[in-house]
Amino acid sequence: MDRTLLDLWVGIFVAAGIAALFVLALKVGNASTTFNTGATYRVIAEFDNIGGLKVRAPVKSSGVVVGRVDDIQFDGKKFTARVTMNIDKRYEFPKDTSLSILTSGLLGEQYVGMEAGGDSDMLKDGDTVKLTQSAVVLEKLIGQFLYNKAAEGVSK
Amino acid sequence: MPEHFARGLRIVGHRVSNGIWRLGFATRFFVTILARSALSFRRFRGLTFREIYFAGVLSLIIIIVSGLFVGMVLGLQGYETLQKFGSSEAVGTLVALSLTRELGPVVSALLFASRAGSAMTAEIGLMKATEQISAMEMMAVDPIARVIGPRFWGGVLSMPLLAAMFSAVGVFGGYLIAVVVIGVDEGAFWSQMQNSVDFRQDIVNGVIKSVVFGVAVTAIALFEGYDAPPTAEGVSGATTRTVVTSSLAILGLDFVLTAFMFKGI
Repeated sequence: MDRTLLDLWVGIFVAAGIAALFVLALKVGNASTTFNTGATYRVIAEFDNIGGLKVRAPVKSSGVVVGRVDDIQFDGKKFTARVTMNIDKRYEFPKDTSLSILTSGLLGEQYVGMEAGGDSDMLKDGDTVKLTQSAVVLEKLIGQFLYNKAAEGVSK
Repeated sequence: MPEHFARGLRIVGHRVSNGIWRLGFATRFFVTILARSALSFRRFRGLTFREIYFAGVLSLIIIIVSGLFVGMVLGLQGYETLQKFGSSEAVGTLVALSLTRELGPVVSALLFASRAGSAMTAEIGLMKATEQISAMEMMAVDPIARVIGPRFWGGVLSMPLLAAMFSAVGVFGGYLIAVVVIGVDEGAFWSQMQNSVDFRQDIVNGVIKSVVFGVAVTAIALFEGYDAPPTAEGVSGATTRTVVTSSLAILGLDFVLTAFMFKGI
C-alpha cells in the first residue's frame, strides 16, 4: 500500500473537520470552562424562591463570574429550593457571605450574586450559606405596591 | 361511475401496498448493509477511504461557501432586529446558537443530499442498469459489501465533519459582518456567545443530529439507486426521489430530534 494524492485530500478533510469541532468547542462554546471541573468547590444555599434561575447560570461577585449553578432541587421537608453551586477554587469567601438572586438588566438572565461578609472563617467544600435573599417576583412587587397605595388612601 | 370508483380504489391500493413493500425492502437493505459492514471494512477499506473523498472532500467547497453566506446573513439580520432592542452584542449568541443547534446540521445535510446523495443514486442506478452489479454477483463478489458498504460509511463519516465545518465557517461569517463590517464590540460578541453556547447541550447535540442525518441521507440515496428500474428514466426518477425523500427525512428527523434534545430548556 502506497501513499496517494487521495490520502492527502482525505487527510486535509478530516483534519479540517476535527479543527472545526475544536473551534466550536473552545471558541464558540464553553468547553474551556466545562472541563476544568477539578478546580471548584461546592457551596449549597437554600432560597425561598429562585424565580427563573436555571442550572449553569453564573454566580457573580462584584459583577465577576466566580462560579456556576450546578444543581437546583426542591427540598420537600423545608419547602425551599436547594441550589448547589460550583465556585472557582481561586476565590474564597467568608462564612457569612450572603447570596441573592438578581437579574442582569431589565429583561436579562437571572444569576446568583455573592456579597462577601466579614467573618474570618472561609467557606469550604459542601458548606451551606445561611444568608439568602429570594428572587424578586414582579407580581408580588406590584401587589405590595397596590396594597401600600390602598393603605395610604384609607389612612387619609 | 362504479368502474371509475373501482379503478381509483385499485390505484390507491396498489400505491399503498407498493409503498409498504418498498419500506420492507429498504429496511432489509439497511440491515444488510450493517450486517456486511465488517466484511466491507476488512476487505474493502481502501474503497471506504475513496468514498470519503467523493462524498466529503468534493462537498467541501459548497459547504464552506454556503456556511459563510448563511453566517453572514444571520449576522446582518440578527443585528437589524437586535439593535431595535438595544442588545446588538447578542448577535454572536444568535449566530452561534442557530448554527450549532439547527442550521449547521440541517443545511449541510440538505446540501449533502443534493451534492453527494444524488451522485450516489445515479452511480449505483447506472451500475445496476449496465448489469455491473449482477456481474459482481456472478464473480461471487458481494455487491452490498463491495459497492454499498463503503459508500454508506464514507457518507456517514463525512457528514458530521462537514456539519462542524459549516457551523465554524458560519460563525466566522457572522463575525465578519457583525464585528468587522458593522462594528459590534468584539469582546462582547465572543463572550456573550461563549456564555450561552453549552458544549454538551448545543455542540454535542448538533453533532448527534448530523450523524443521524448522515445515516438517513446515505441510506436513502443508496437504496433509491439499488432499487431504481434499470432504465435511463428509472435512474433519473430515482435521483429526484433521493433528493426529495432525504430532504423530507432530514426536516422530519430534525423536528423529532429537537423535541427530544431541547425539551424544557
